[in-house]
Amino acid sequence: MIQQVQNPILEIHDLSVSYDRKPVLWGVDLSIPKGALVGIIGPNGAGKSTLIKSIMGLIPLNGGYVKLFDKDLDDVREKVSYVPQRESVDWDFPASVMDVVLMGRYNKLGLFSRPRKADRDAARFALEQVGMQEFAKRQISQLSGGQQQRVFLARALAQQADIYFMDEPFAGVDAATEKAIIKILKDMSEAGKTVIVVHHDLQSVAKYFDWLIMLNLRLVASGPTDKVFNEKLLEEAYGGKLTLLTEVGQLIKQEKFPGIEK
Amino acid sequence: MDTFIEFFTFQYPNIKYVLFGSILLAVSSAIVGCFTFLKKKALVGDVVAHAVLPGICLSFLLTGNKNPLYLIIGAFITGWISIVVIDGIVRKTKLKEDTATGLSLSVFFGIGILLLTFIQKSGNAAQSGLESFLFGKAAALVGADMWLFASVSVALLIAVFLLFKEFTLISFDQNFGAAIGFPVKGLNLILTTLTVLAVVIGIQAVGVVLMAAMLITPAAAARFWTDDLKTMIILAAIFGAVSGTAGAYISFVAPSMPTGPWIVMVISIIALTSFFFAPKKGILYKALKRRRIKNLILQENILKMFFQLGEEAGDFNTGRSVLELQDKRPFRTKELDSGLKRLQLQGYLTNQNDKWQITSEGQNKGRRIVKLHRLWELYLTTYLRIAPDHVHEDAEKIEHIITPELEARLEKLLDYPELDPHQSKIPYQ
Repeated sequence: MIQQVQNPILEIHDLSVSYDRKPVLWGVDLSIPKGALVGIIGPNGAGKSTLIKSIMGLIPLNGGYVKLFDKDLDDVREKVSYVPQRESVDWDFPASVMDVVLMGRYNKLGLFSRPRKADRDAARFALEQVGMQEFAKRQISQLSGGQQQRVFLARALAQQADIYFMDEPFAGVDAATEKAIIKILKDMSEAGKTVIVVHHDLQSVAKYFDWLIMLNLRLVASGPTDKVFNEKLLEEAYGGKLTLLTEVGQLIKQEKFPGIEK
Repeated sequence: MDTFIEFFTFQYPNIKYVLFGSILLAVSSAIVGCFTFLKKKALVGDVVAHAVLPGICLSFLLTGNKNPLYLIIGAFITGWISIVVIDGIVRKTKLKEDTATGLSLSVFFGIGILLLTFIQKSGNAAQSGLESFLFGKAAALVGADMWLFASVSVALLIAVFLLFKEFTLISFDQNFGAAIGFPVKGLNLILTTLTVLAVVIGIQAVGVVLMAAMLITPAAAARFWTDDLKTMIILAAIFGAVSGTAGAYISFVAPSMPTGPWIVMVISIIALTSFFFAPKKGILYKALKRRRIKNLILQENILKMFFQLGEEAGDFNTGRSVLELQDKRPFRTKELDSGLKRLQLQGYLTNQNDKWQITSEGQNKGRRIVKLHRLWELYLTTYLRIAPDHVHEDAEKIEHIITPELEARLEKLLDYPELDPHQSKIPYQ
């Protein structure tokens, strides 16, 4: 079940992506309404992170296109925010919490210029929103996993964007942090921001998200949670593996075929 | 002292060149090296350093002279190609980065040595001195080189100053940088170029073999002293400057001593000192901290034992000999002795005629440890469903860690229980 919407804030058209030659997403076609709090779910290796990375232009596309606000990403970068997986960076880097959150302002600053007082204010405000204002001067390696995730969230908030893509913001965080984060995300969505989150825990899906994208190498479903979060579609996403699809992908990786390239 | 004054008042013009040359290249490679270090590309410097040799030889073969500008251009080109080769190998083959790095280094260096040998055997009189690039020869720096070096170094410093924010971002979180639309590829290109430049001017003094040390060692040493990137870069630069000065001075005092290797020796000593003595991260600090904790645990265990003995006897005022104490808990005599004496000094124990007795302050402390031990045992059996005969070992450790805040939470959570899982009374007051 794939529900398309009028005037989508995010439109993905026939998107195909390969990783190391092996196709990980086949022909994804979906649209997301403004202000939705969206969960991307699917089994391991389903291409969840790949989907948001390719939306952010971090992975080359094999085919298809992505439109945000009906425009190309490059024209609307300042309205788009991305929260990478927490493990994707080295937390032993010599930086304070403030330093990291200020990175959320770099886009507005552009090249060469230094953060100004206003940027510090914005960063401090973002830290307050995630309840980390007292940690501004703390070295990032001294933070717990949950605190690190909050810092990443604060960096995204400091961007003051309109659409947010978050890669597993709930991975490895404590229950209190998870609660705090989902509250912030819900507030953002109520304020008209669109939030798209890669999520792992099926237990909390219905509680957290009002829109779901179900993936398993291809798009299984995209629509309001109450319409798509059902046994049949879950079974399709998690249950039956499309072994034929996987095997074809493997053949392409082994270069028995020319591959799917642009 | 005379030589010291002689050296720092530049009575010989040559000293000035050697000194400033050494400082310039040590400082610029230290600063650029901070980012190489943080990007975990420590070996890149080594590859580039080795890969500039064929470039130097080729530009000599082409131009027939040793004009440093031409040599630097040649060095720069092959240094760059070596990095492109690493990236290419990683992208196009199944080989991993470490293999690609090793391959690139040895192949380029091999070609360099081959060309160098060929030049040396060719009988070209102008070639003498070319081999000094292998191990460096700071003492041969002259005024004309200096202007070239100085301009390259200043360009490096300006680039790092202007792009500090950008380099920090791509060193910490490349994906985020790309996501906000920063030209990550271009910035990486610039950073690589700066690294190659730093190496190219550095090898004049320390040679291709030792160059990697000039990039990485100051950064590694500085990292031990600070958690702030700006401070780290400034420290690395200072360490570089100190080692450059020291190297130049040592070779001045003892003319048989080479400048470059001494620069590397000094920076290595600075690094070793940092590893051992830096506060918080240094090995010594950590060892002292471990010892302090060990002593603390020992003392808490002694007080706990006194409390338990008092509990059993129903009397906390009995004096006890060391043997009696060891009978209760097999401490090693030496450890027990030192622990008892410390506790006496702190006023938790008193000693009369070799009989040890606990003071009321000591009793409070001992009681708290016993309480925490029993509370924790109860917590484990109640909340983690661990069998009562399996909780003692764990509680022996945790009793020393629990903070007063956790203590209060634990009491509240368990609702001030009377008995632990072994039916011992939990002592509150």
